[in-house]
Amino acid sequence: MSAHTVSLRVYFAIFLALLVLTGLTVSAATIDLGRLNIVIALAIAVVKATLVLLYFMHLRYSPRLTWLVVSVGFVWLAIMITIILVDPLTRGWLMVARP
Amino acid sequence: MWVFLVTEIMFFGGLFTAYVMYRTLYSHAFGDASNHLDLTMGAFNTVVLIGSSLTMALAVHAAQVGKRGAQVLFLLLTMLLGSVFLGVKVVEYAEKFHHGLVPGPYFTYHGPDAPQAQLFFSLYFAMTGLHALHMIIGLGILAVLVAQARAGRFGPAYSTPVELTGLYWHFVDIVWIFLFPLLYLIARHGGA
Repeated sequence: MSAHTVSLRVYFAIFLALLVLTGLTVSAATIDLGRLNIVIALAIAVVKATLVLLYFMHLRYSPRLTWLVVSVGFVWLAIMITIILVDPLTRGWLMVARP
Repeated sequence: MWVFLVTEIMFFGGLFTAYVMYRTLYSHAFGDASNHLDLTMGAFNTVVLIGSSLTMALAVHAAQVGKRGAQVLFLLLTMLLGSVFLGVKVVEYAEKFHHGLVPGPYFTYHGPDAPQAQLFFSLYFAMTGLHALHMIIGLGILAVLVAQARAGRFGPAYSTPVELTGLYWHFVDIVWIFLFPLLYLIARHGGA
């Protein structure tokens, strides 16, 4: 375990950033941007999650092995979602009669 | 601990995958159903949970520098905010039961695509329910930590339990960070 102490100012700065991003994602959701809405919502969520991982969970100050473990977890999740999406997104590509 | 959290990513990831699949197939019905959720409560809970992550981080800091009083204070604050989150969730769930939005024989949904809406609410309850269960477990662990912190077990030489609980708590926070936009915000703009 890394017993790295982070200065309190960093914690409060990240906390404020997360609050601002939460406000941003709520207000962005009320504007109709078509397909962009979900993209923006998820982009903000990814930024927030990254901030929590890097600073609250001390990933920024952790060894390379920890980075690897975390990345691999998300990579497998991405693979799973991608492969699942291959089905619904490609329906109707072939001109075959639907049951 | 990180390896355990990766298994948790896949645990929640299965539900997220199911959500992505059905939202792709029935995006319109999911949007309509999503608008039955209370945005105010969801946003309030998001802020509460981010606050609890801050207090947890401060508790870890207090453990690392060995301030006993601050440890107990911040651990209790984290528990308080976590309990507030769960309390709001209870109110939300009660509303769903009241309006007949709980999947099952008494599901009464006024609008088109009722079966697909039922699917949305099934996923809503599965995802938020699993998340709430994780928070309840977290509260139990925090209660043990409070007792140990009061006994002065944690200091610069030994703060691992607090740090690992912090990792777990922040992970649960991250799950909510994704649940909130996916469940509450997908169709607030009135269009689509």
